[in-house]
Amino acid sequence: MKKLSLLGLLGLVLRRDLLLAMRRRADVLTTLIFFVMVVSLFPLGVGPEIDMLRKMASGVVWVAALLASMLSLPRMFSADYADGTLEQMMLAPQSLSVLVLGKIAAHWMLSGLPLALIAPVLGLQFDMSVPALWILVIALLLGTPVLSMIGAVGAALTLGLRGGGVLVSLLVLPLCIPVLIFGAGAVEAVNSGMSVVSNLSFLGAFMLFALVFTPFVAAQALRISME
Amino acid sequence: MAINWFKYSAPTNFYGLAGKLIPFFAWPAAVLFVIGLYIGFFVAPTDAVQSEAYRIIFLHVPTSILSMFIYLIMAGYAALGLIFNTRLSSMMAQALAPTGALFAFISLWTGALWGKPMWGAWWVWDARLTSELILLFLYLGFIALQASIEDPRRADRASALLAIVGSVNVPIIYFSVKWWNTLHQGSTIKFTGTSMHIAMQEAMFAMLVACWLYSIAVSLARVRSIILERERNTQWVNELKEVRS
Repeated sequence: MKKLSLLGLLGLVLRRDLLLAMRRRADVLTTLIFFVMVVSLFPLGVGPEIDMLRKMASGVVWVAALLASMLSLPRMFSADYADGTLEQMMLAPQSLSVLVLGKIAAHWMLSGLPLALIAPVLGLQFDMSVPALWILVIALLLGTPVLSMIGAVGAALTLGLRGGGVLVSLLVLPLCIPVLIFGAGAVEAVNSGMSVVSNLSFLGAFMLFALVFTPFVAAQALRISME
Repeated sequence: MAINWFKYSAPTNFYGLAGKLIPFFAWPAAVLFVIGLYIGFFVAPTDAVQSEAYRIIFLHVPTSILSMFIYLIMAGYAALGLIFNTRLSSMMAQALAPTGALFAFISLWTGALWGKPMWGAWWVWDARLTSELILLFLYLGFIALQASIEDPRRADRASALLAIVGSVNVPIIYFSVKWWNTLHQGSTIKFTGTSMHIAMQEAMFAMLVACWLYSIAVSLARVRSIILERERNTQWVNELKEVRS
């Protein structure tokens, strides 16, 4: 069998996962609808005072994004695990870390990216200013990949377990707190007229840090779960 | 003379050793608890600023220190088990987790009891409180993952990986929370570095060592149970006096 270049492998896995998702669009849409619903529930819960809503908008969007990405995490490996594809993938003479990275990228494009794109519409419901909306989108674009990457470790560890869905949230949510803090903090900074550079830099740093380590760790976790 | 350094890394040998060691940790722990509490309640003077309520410090500070310390030890044992495939290390990690979680919980609870008279609130979103809470979540995640995997080998390795990822993440979480707090409202309450009375120091130190010895003793007792449970189908377990009777 021909050994693929790493980028070729990455592209292959990415294309495959995206194609599979396109055949079953309902899964992707459910996550998105969940996100929109959770965000829309907050004003109903806390009351329609526009000042308060504007203040809490970024936090609400971020927590909802966190929950929505948890919701889609168990799907990252479970279908391939169930039909044996994952086992074949691990037997293949290719880098498992890159393979996992491809799956992570696909997961992000199907969960994180749509959330970031729809977030401005939800921000308008909360009367956010235009600069704040821009920063919200940029922060989500930087932060949601980290959620997918850390989530991949959790999803790999809980593969095939009873109640894996709840368990994965329990494991992953505490580890995602830094992303939540700086993501919501960026929008907060715009509102209070401070520089957003530090917050966005931190998000970027988390993304690079996670990009280096999590594919490898998730690959190890898969090996543990599959042996 | 050749010494077999790895003799006690076998659960078979360690089971007996742990049983012999427990009293050496448990009794000093009990004695030190009594001494520490006595000095703390009767000898240490009343604090000038915080009056009597400060005395909860003698439980609060040692449990906080140990809750963080035990997480590191646990992650260390878990890493040993993952790297060298030693079963006993993973069992030790599993045995330490509940004690660590207990200390994190006591630390939060006593902190709340202390916060009410001092700050007028059970809970403030202070950096230290928040990171202690997250530490408790990390412990609970470790225990939950361990508990939900049937195969002990996979459970050990999976939770070891989680503990390692967690320990890398702990400093990031701590500093995030710290900066988040200062960004929002500035530091609310801080200890001013008042020089501590010598009796207070003695009581605190006694309580710290007592908690430390206590956690060693209960972890050893717990690891003995874990060994028995996992090795229940082996011959040596069935030949044990306490098992046969």
